Amino acid sequence: MIRLLYTIVAGVLLGLVVHLVSVLALPRIATQDAYSRLTPLTQLNAVTALPSADPGNALMPFMDPAFATAICRYDLSGGAIKLAVPVSQAYTSVSFYTRNEIAYYAINDRSAGRKVIELDLMTEAQHNELPEDEEITAADRLIIDSPTATGLIVMKALAPEPGLMPQAQASLAAASCKVQTDVPPKQAKR
Amino acid sequence: MRLILISLLALCLAAVVGVGITWMTATKGTDLGTLTIGAWTARPKTGTADIDPYSRATIVRNGELPIGTGDGVAFTATTDDSRKPLDGRCDVIVSGVTPAARFWTLTLYDGKGHLVANALQRYGFTSQEIVRGADGAFEIRVASRSRAGNWLPTGGLERYALMLRLYDTPVGVATRTQRDAPMPAIATVGCP
Repeated sequence: MIRLLYTIVAGVLLGLVVHLVSVLALPRIATQDAYSRLTPLTQLNAVTALPSADPGNALMPFMDPAFATAICRYDLSGGAIKLAVPVSQAYTSVSFYTRNEIAYYAINDRSAGRKVIELDLMTEAQHNELPEDEEITAADRLIIDSPTATGLIVMKALAPEPGLMPQAQASLAAASCKVQTDVPPKQAKR
Repeated sequence: MRLILISLLALCLAAVVGVGITWMTATKGTDLGTLTIGAWTARPKTGTADIDPYSRATIVRNGELPIGTGDGVAFTATTDDSRKPLDGRCDVIVSGVTPAARFWTLTLYDGKGHLVANALQRYGFTSQEIVRGADGAFEIRVASRSRAGNWLPTGGLERYALMLRLYDTPVGVATRTQRDAPMPAIATVGCP
């Protein structure tokens, strides 16, 4: 009898260990996460517009139907990414997610304070390799460090009324996301 | 023989307990880092790199993308203010004011986070399209049949969830109480 009791206690304790390990491992082993769902629909290092959220298209749960959304699925192994998103009339935001959907950075049009949200996305190693003088001339360019080499950039533009949705989609269609080439970047127009 | 049997029993128990708790926390969610105001609940930390492991597991399992903190914050309600589950066959009124934010949207979802089909193609309201009273307060009627004013159709679903998203808002990780974030009231006013 005592032995059975010990067995149960040992089983429950071991169960807690299994629980902790499985919770921590879940983000790595999940196959239906947002990144995996978006992979077949999106191009690498390019902007892809997502179809607007409606009941017939359940791409991801809890999408906001008032927004036009575009995705840039990035891979930084070929170099840093240059991102430019024109600001729409109402509200525009850019959010960055790691391969495992950690939202590590997000910025909106007001905090960017310009007509175009311009960002450079790179890994920490690439950031460290930047020559110092270039960093000075690039002082007004916002540099974001990505914790992982791959991930998602989600660009959203609000349509405050359903009739303004085409406008929001059009402003996202002008967004660009591409691997930075080695030639010094041209001064972008403001 | 008996030793093998007993260790097998312990291992089976461990697997059932471990996977069972993980499944429950990943589907139902935990109270870690939640901000509750009235019937509304938010997890501001899910939009940061400090997200807790349980929320991560839930997000990955559902395949959603959490709203980033620099973008906004999302509040969910599945009950009214008196803890009665939201029923799509009843008339529910969402009224009052919202916390400071440049824009907000209120959206209705089914239990799985999908939009609910309706003839009007009305899945929610934005702060700009809502009809307000003279004092700036609003009243949204969530009901299955057409109503005057701001009508949000439920499609007659038995259970649904409302999501209020605030964009460009000071509400976030530091918010604690109703005083920082005055959330709208939710009341069930009539069931057939």
